[in-house]
Amino acid sequence: MRKHVFALVDCASFYASCEQVFAAALHKKPTIVLSNNDGCIVALDGLAKKLGLKRGQPIFKHQEIIRTHDVQVFSSNYSLYQEMSARVMAVLAEFSASIEVYSIDEAWLDLTELAADDLTELGRTIKARVRQVTGLPVRVTLASTKCLNKIACELVKANPQYRDVLDVTQFTAEQLDEALSRVSIEDVWGIGPKYARFLSNYGITTAKDLRDADERWIRKCLTVVGARIQMELRGTSCFPLEVKRPPKQNIICSKSFGKEITSREEMAEAVSTYTARAAEKLREQESLTTRITVFLRTNAFHQDAPQYSNSFTIDLPHPTAFTPELFTYALGALRAIYQEGYSYKKAGVELSRITPMPVVQPDLFGEVTLSEHNRQARFMYIVDALNRIYGRDTLYFAVQSIARSWKMRQAMLSGRYTTRWDELVLVT
Amino acid sequence: MQDDLSNVRFLGSISAGFPSPADYKESKLDLNELVAPHPLSTYFMRVAGDSMVGACIYHGDVVAIDRALTATHKKIVVARLGDGFTLKRLWIMHPKMYLRAENPKYQPIEVSGHPDFEIFGVVTYVVHQVQ
Repeated sequence: MRKHVFALVDCASFYASCEQVFAAALHKKPTIVLSNNDGCIVALDGLAKKLGLKRGQPIFKHQEIIRTHDVQVFSSNYSLYQEMSARVMAVLAEFSASIEVYSIDEAWLDLTELAADDLTELGRTIKARVRQVTGLPVRVTLASTKCLNKIACELVKANPQYRDVLDVTQFTAEQLDEALSRVSIEDVWGIGPKYARFLSNYGITTAKDLRDADERWIRKCLTVVGARIQMELRGTSCFPLEVKRPPKQNIICSKSFGKEITSREEMAEAVSTYTARAAEKLREQESLTTRITVFLRTNAFHQDAPQYSNSFTIDLPHPTAFTPELFTYALGALRAIYQEGYSYKKAGVELSRITPMPVVQPDLFGEVTLSEHNRQARFMYIVDALNRIYGRDTLYFAVQSIARSWKMRQAMLSGRYTTRWDELVLVT
Repeated sequence: MQDDLSNVRFLGSISAGFPSPADYKESKLDLNELVAPHPLSTYFMRVAGDSMVGACIYHGDVVAIDRALTATHKKIVVARLGDGFTLKRLWIMHPKMYLRAENPKYQPIEVSGHPDFEIFGVVTYVVHQVQ
């Protein structure tokens, strides 16, 4: 059988790079992007890393570095990142019909059919094409399995001499041994911290150790998944591309508030907004839900303030994806748990027990007829389409309100350069 | 002649009578097809200032920019120059390269050897509001 060839394409410092494409002044300046509510660093470019900044650090600890080095700070601009990600993925789809979009800034390509002689050259072509169309830098690694690709990706990050492209199918046995012996066991793709600790106890501390371990023992202790990881390290592909992702089994919409909520009305707005968003995601994956949970909590870090957290779950009489109906249940659940006298930091909505859209079970009590169901589906289809075309919240339900004083803090938001006419980049 | 019949193939059915207007249903004109035939590599920016009035590009206009096109002599381009984006005509007089405004008020800017110059893309369309 012919060897598989997979490419892993990974956008370098994706959020920060997106900002840099559209802000000329950022060129050669360290750039960081903050989490929701502008709390911590979620993305940073190479220059910011050199200053010692790291992902996950709270921003307030680094005001000094930011001032002295003129670090450019941005709130997360998801509209921009999503749109740029879609462009990257569309470029990658030009190279292979089999593409798995693994995350907003990573994708796998199956290049087996292409039968390219020089994979490094192909990797450079992919990199150049993405750069030309989007202005974004990517790293491309090529290997016969996903696990080896993940390891190659770390090698590329750590070794600038590869210039962002590495074909490990060309590695000699010695080169591969050398590379695998440098990867510690907890960094092997698919090995969780628990298994990593377990394996270390048996002297298996690197990817090479795992590859060369006794396969029967691995299968016994790490189950079939562990055996597959071992096979992948040996160069046999066991994890094919998941070209169509299976629909999610539960959908959670939850965020910390920019400003703590102290009134029932504001909390109802927040919960309604999360419900609407969750319902939209539900319809996006063509599903219906039969269970809704609402939860809320105060700020655990304010130790002197009174603390409270609670959640409430409602099982629905029939599967639905109809936003107004879900509002009724969400607000009912909220009434059951909302307590006056607390400052709430976070709330959320979870939809679970999800079923695919087509199998609408006629409700035994006849509450929702098929024609009523179709009418609701058409209505939500139009709402979703308008919001997709004209931007989120073009149409929204009155309970969601407009003020949203509790909304995410995004003080340093850049323009939505690719999705809003009134926020285009200015050119002189 | 008999043999020729063996070459006759079924090409499709035709209906007699007058065609119904419904048979000619086409999708509406889509401005995107005209202004951004390559949506993947096309970006939009808004013009500020009067440096390109000679090329009929005015303050407030929206320009469509294709990143995938190669910038050559006399093409109108958007370029990053220092701290901002600029819209000018690219002028290549080997070995020198300039960005030229289309307005006598502004001097050409030499960009050959400029440490902070990079082409963003080539301008393909201008959207101008008349009233």
